[in-house]
Amino acid sequence: MSQQTAATQSLTLVQAVRDGLYCEMDRDDDVIVMGEDVGENGGVFRATQGLIDEFGDQRVIDTPLAEAGIVGTAIGMAAYGLRPVTEIQFMGFIYPAFDQIVSHAARLRTRSRGRFSCPLVVRAPYGGGIRAPEHHSESTEAFFVHQPGLKVAIPSTPHDTKGLLAAAIRDPDPVVFLEPKLIYRAFREDVPEDEYTVPLGEAAIRREGSDVSVFTWGAMTRPTLDAAENLAGDVDCEVVDLRTLSPLDEETIVESFEKTGRAVVVHEAPKTGGLAGEIIATIQEEVLLYQEAPVGRVTGFDVPFPLYALEDYYLPEAARIEDEIRETVEF
Amino acid sequence: MSDYTLETEAGRREALRRMLLIREFDTTAGERFNDGDIPGFVHLYIGEEAVGVGTCGALEPEDYVASTHRGHGHCISKGLDPELMMAELYGKADGYCNGKGGSMHIADVEAGMLGANGIVGAGPPLATGAALTIDYQDRDQVALAFGGDGSVAQGQVHEAVNLAATWDLPAIFVIENNQYGEATPVEKQHNVDNLSDTAGAYDIPGVTVDGMDVTAVYEAVSEARDRALAGDGPTLIEAETYRYRGHYEGDHEPYRDEAEIEQWRERDAIESFKERLIERGELTEAEFEEMQAEVEETIADAVAYAKDADLPDPEQAYDDMFGEPVPEIQQFASRPRADGGTEGGDPT
Ligand SMILES: Cc1ncc(C[n+]2csc(CCOP(=O)(O)OP(=O)(O)O)c2C)c(N)n1
Ligand SMILES: [Mg+2]
Repeated sequence: MSQQTAATQSLTLVQAVRDGLYCEMDRDDDVIVMGEDVGENGGVFRATQGLIDEFGDQRVIDTPLAEAGIVGTAIGMAAYGLRPVTEIQFMGFIYPAFDQIVSHAARLRTRSRGRFSCPLVVRAPYGGGIRAPEHHSESTEAFFVHQPGLKVAIPSTPHDTKGLLAAAIRDPDPVVFLEPKLIYRAFREDVPEDEYTVPLGEAAIRREGSDVSVFTWGAMTRPTLDAAENLAGDVDCEVVDLRTLSPLDEETIVESFEKTGRAVVVHEAPKTGGLAGEIIATIQEEVLLYQEAPVGRVTGFDVPFPLYALEDYYLPEAARIEDEIRETVEF
Repeated sequence: MSDYTLETEAGRREALRRMLLIREFDTTAGERFNDGDIPGFVHLYIGEEAVGVGTCGALEPEDYVASTHRGHGHCISKGLDPELMMAELYGKADGYCNGKGGSMHIADVEAGMLGANGIVGAGPPLATGAALTIDYQDRDQVALAFGGDGSVAQGQVHEAVNLAATWDLPAIFVIENNQYGEATPVEKQHNVDNLSDTAGAYDIPGVTVDGMDVTAVYEAVSEARDRALAGDGPTLIEAETYRYRGHYEGDHEPYRDEAEIEQWRERDAIESFKERLIERGELTEAEFEEMQAEVEETIADAVAYAKDADLPDPEQAYDDMFGEPVPEIQQFASRPRADGGTEGGDPT
């Protein structure tokens, strides 16, 4: 391991992905990056830019166009000691590999009664706001959270991106790592040059408040913080960025709700079957007696992600979030 | 009879006109995309026109075609209306998919266009299924799927070709080998020398043709169609071609150089077919220029139409979700956007 220093660099979220991959590949020869155009081309979003020059084409593998093959192969690699990090170009192209992820990666350990493990990471940019429809914009994290045996992480800042990705790569089990491509280059943050981890399963309180808890993650964290800021003075919002969706940090959710007694969940995925339902059920089970209002949901709609004319209506934005917060607080 | 067949002089001129129309459509779509007028992504067919036009020239209007993410050329070859296509690229309510699909999802039941497809490799199973319907209903038609060289690596492409071969369905698979899947050259994606060699695995005929020669493509597809209609099952055709533009508009193309592009341009399908028609006395330079001017006007009109057309209303997001409206979903739609919205979305 390299000497720890306090040096930092100012990175965008996608640069933090790249830096996270770099650091993990540097500290562990078993970490292998693979996917479509991740080598020479540096990935469609440049998240693997230059890694092939540093580590060679044995460790940064350009694959044929075959998601089931990529993830399936990576499961075999993981089962026998490597730590593959696969890139799926957009989350909407993950479904050819869905069988491999849910039927195999997620179950290898339990199916083999612990004899095999599957330290695999499946990275994919997710989410809307880039003016392309359907597969290029969707947000179907709930499919993966629903599958026992998978962990699911979604960062919202460059710092968390590097640390969560490192934790995902070092984790002994499969992690679906979803990157909010809308904010890949939206802002920069100081990120340590050295390797570090942000533990999976721990939410971050982005803003402390006492009136209402707003739970969100990924690209929705920013409009949620904007909404909280706009309401400041009027409503004191606590904004919780869940960061890991599986396992959920139930403790932080519960503690926050005990304090506020009111909550809103914001996600860009469609409403029905979305994770807001799970979070609300957790609140019902654990802290019902603190509840002072129905828990609000601000979500995408129950339609495939639409093309640009309807995109602004589909995606939760600060104004819609503010409305819901007010409704919850005024109940 | 097909709208155009390369067997007649008029048909050959129409084939040339369609190639020009595709090039003009895509050149313009690229420009309007780069202006910021057209949202999302566009994958242009410039350079590959002979494949779409040669293929569809060998088909009848009632034949089915399943397309790809690089579908504009297939749609124009199959006779779709450039105005409605352009409106779809612009995300307008009048477009082929009411502005919900965009460039990568244009489909038209009447024209037998089963759809462009945002998912690489998803077209061939649709064609296999359409071929099964044809077979079941005993109709004199075929179903054809286009696919890129990259798509041949997808599991579902293998499954589709195998099913069609095993069941002797009236299907045709046209692989457009434009030498790259995104940035990855074909040699890095496949172990076979020719992608048509994969046909051997299904015990069906596989041929490789010059995809820069509209006649060669036409002949191969005609033969495959005859075979399919005779009940002898599918054919796999590889057309060797090249895209002049990047994978998508905005691609910085580190994987190839100008010299390579220039080499292919020297064999330009439109240029060489035009020369051939002139040599045969079927076309004059003046007629060609007139044809070009007409095509430019058609596409300029299509852009004007598309720009002018209305954006879909928010409520339309829920149209066609199911065959019967679901009340709960409609309620959800009627929730207004808090700030009133930016008039159908402002493409900034
Ligand atoms: C299942 C799936 N994986 C990845 C992509 C992203 N993608 C779009 S086009 C493309 C390359 C396709 O190559 P090829 O089949 O040769 O067609 P071409 O673009 O060359 O026409 C890729 C990887 C996708 N659309 N669908
Ligand atoms: Mg290709």
